[in-house]
Amino acid sequence: MAEAFGDLFAREATPEAVRAAEAGCGFDPDLWGKLAAAGAPGMAVGVADGGGGASLVDLAVVVHEWGRRIAPVPLVEHAVCARLLTSVGGQRDLVTAVTSGELIATLAPGPVEPGGTALLVPAGAVADVVAARRGDDIVVARGRPPGAARPNTADLPLADRDLSGAETVASGAAAASVWDRALAEWKALMAVAYAGLAGEVLSMGVAYTKQRHQFGVPVGSFQAVQHGLADAATRSEGARLLAFRAVSAVDAGRADGARLASMALLFGAESARFAADRVLQYHGGYGYSAEYDVQLYYRRAAGWLLQLGEPAAEIAKLADADLGPKAV
Amino acid sequence: MDFTMPARAEDFRAEVQQFLAEHLTGEMIAATRDGTIHSPALHRAIADRGWLSGAVPAELGGGGMDPVELCVLLEELQLHQAPADALGVAVVAVSMILEHGRDHLRGTVAPRLMSGEVLACLGYSEPESGSDVAAARTRAVRDGDRWVINGSKMWTTLAHVADYVLLLTRTDPEVPKHRGLTFFVVPLDTAGIEIQAVETMGNERSNATFYDDVVLGDEWRLGEVNDGWTVMKTALKYERGIAGGQFPSPPVIEAAVDWARRARRADGSRPIDDDEVRNKLVRAMIDVEVCRSFAYHTAALASEGTMFGVEGSMTKLFASESYKKHCAWFLDMMGAEGLLTHDDPGAHMDGLIEEHFRHAPVTAIYGGTSEINRNLVAEGWLGLPRSRS
Repeated sequence: MAEAFGDLFAREATPEAVRAAEAGCGFDPDLWGKLAAAGAPGMAVGVADGGGGASLVDLAVVVHEWGRRIAPVPLVEHAVCARLLTSVGGQRDLVTAVTSGELIATLAPGPVEPGGTALLVPAGAVADVVAARRGDDIVVARGRPPGAARPNTADLPLADRDLSGAETVASGAAAASVWDRALAEWKALMAVAYAGLAGEVLSMGVAYTKQRHQFGVPVGSFQAVQHGLADAATRSEGARLLAFRAVSAVDAGRADGARLASMALLFGAESARFAADRVLQYHGGYGYSAEYDVQLYYRRAAGWLLQLGEPAAEIAKLADADLGPKAV
Repeated sequence: MDFTMPARAEDFRAEVQQFLAEHLTGEMIAATRDGTIHSPALHRAIADRGWLSGAVPAELGGGGMDPVELCVLLEELQLHQAPADALGVAVVAVSMILEHGRDHLRGTVAPRLMSGEVLACLGYSEPESGSDVAAARTRAVRDGDRWVINGSKMWTTLAHVADYVLLLTRTDPEVPKHRGLTFFVVPLDTAGIEIQAVETMGNERSNATFYDDVVLGDEWRLGEVNDGWTVMKTALKYERGIAGGQFPSPPVIEAAVDWARRARRADGSRPIDDDEVRNKLVRAMIDVEVCRSFAYHTAALASEGTMFGVEGSMTKLFASESYKKHCAWFLDMMGAEGLLTHDDPGAHMDGLIEEHFRHAPVTAIYGGTSEINRNLVAEGWLGLPRSRS
């Protein structure tokens, strides 16, 4: 299954397709259609709800390939929101349409005010369904997506969404646990996506530095270059292992799942940014040119994490959990 | 696909923790201040428990402990700061002897190493050769059925308490360096051997050992003549299995948290409430989880019978470099107080962080420097061209 999706992403989510999506709102509807036909949007939704019944770990293997191709479709937001909708129950029609991929779903990571607008929602430009946290509730808004993104570094389909008409689907303790789990799933899966991104950017770096000659030898034969790539590879492999460990822990509902997911995302983003930075650097001027693909990865390496908010706030939450809250 | 530790490993962890509660004392840890990271009583207890022979692969005649359990054992030993430097060396030495040794070594040395009765140390590095280990110049010359050895070895840590040294020698200086090497297991009480202490910044004691017309029977030879590089490669292979060393940071982080809770700044605030301190503590904890992920992954690979290679280099590189970084962070966090050594009665936790700060650099050097490991990752993992001969 991973191989089949890996092939699909390699075939369809080419750098040309990524660039074409950048000219629009960062979304490739043809690719989404093909993924929906292959069952990807609902693969990790239970069979009883019309999904593929795959585990979160199975989904992560597909997400790794998605990250590798920086594919311009909101697979992770959608998959996580689809699972959230099934766990709050009810709304059969909505669940069916989301599971099939007919409607695109996402979640707004930050809290929203009653009657308010959620700013910079991931996949907000294309999502028909937006789940958000409002007070002690989880609310879901349905509506036509704007189809335009706010112009951004990573050409992600970020858009503001009016959630004034959102309906409450869960409240209180139940809502808190479903929401926390959804966020943990998003973080763990994005950590895996980062591992895919880092792996691909390193492959580019290796291919380029083996082929590019300076001073009569391949650039990749210089130890200064080798050691930078080796550090990037080491951190990226550590990030990959931590990311999958986090997915396993979240999937099993283990107590340390949310902690590992948050750590995996932070470390995955940092490692991927380091890898993209080294590979861009070792491409020399070409790395900076729009023509080469490194810049596509460099920008997304920065962008994916920031959709969640400030990294410092994520670190602060980990600190509160592990060290106790700060004295005021 | 599973990336978490199986339940059996957690059962075994409880067993190891119980063992350490019974056998590891504060005195044992304090005794390492003399520079020797070895406790005879603890070493024997580990051997008696069957964990030393257990760590030797089953196909060689060892206990063939599950690599996942071995990983847990090494993790717990390190988390508890148990002085167990001799354990890994013994396991590597036994494995080498059982794979390459003949009757004499297999019959006399290996069983006593496995029982913890005797200790071994490693004689690879020389004053003129460290990372370039195949450039060893210590000469062994054949004289009938005996060998005469002359030369010197550097960083023969534990030689002053060990019974044997696994000695890499040059037996043919005329051929390319990898092809003229031969290994011996040398009893350290043989005439002509001198052991000199090498003091270190980290208080750890290592040794330089000198070999002056040391005469040895051919029964002490390990592997074929001039085939020492083959033996060396198996040593590196077994070292990976018992490497440990992935968990040096947790005691430092715990001490840093303790200090940050207790200390008061001039304005009365606690360092633990400072965002910069919290950021560093969280980042260090993330690095520990990365180390843990590496360790569990390599153990799982070994458990499935997959011999890992470059993953071991990555693990060691990441663990030692992040450990150095953490020690520097938390030394800085404490300001002038961080400089106090365990000799100062006011040193926080007997100067634990300060001591780790001085110890940390060696971890990025011994057992394969960070530079060698980066070379191995560049060549073996990324497939970049070899940059040296």
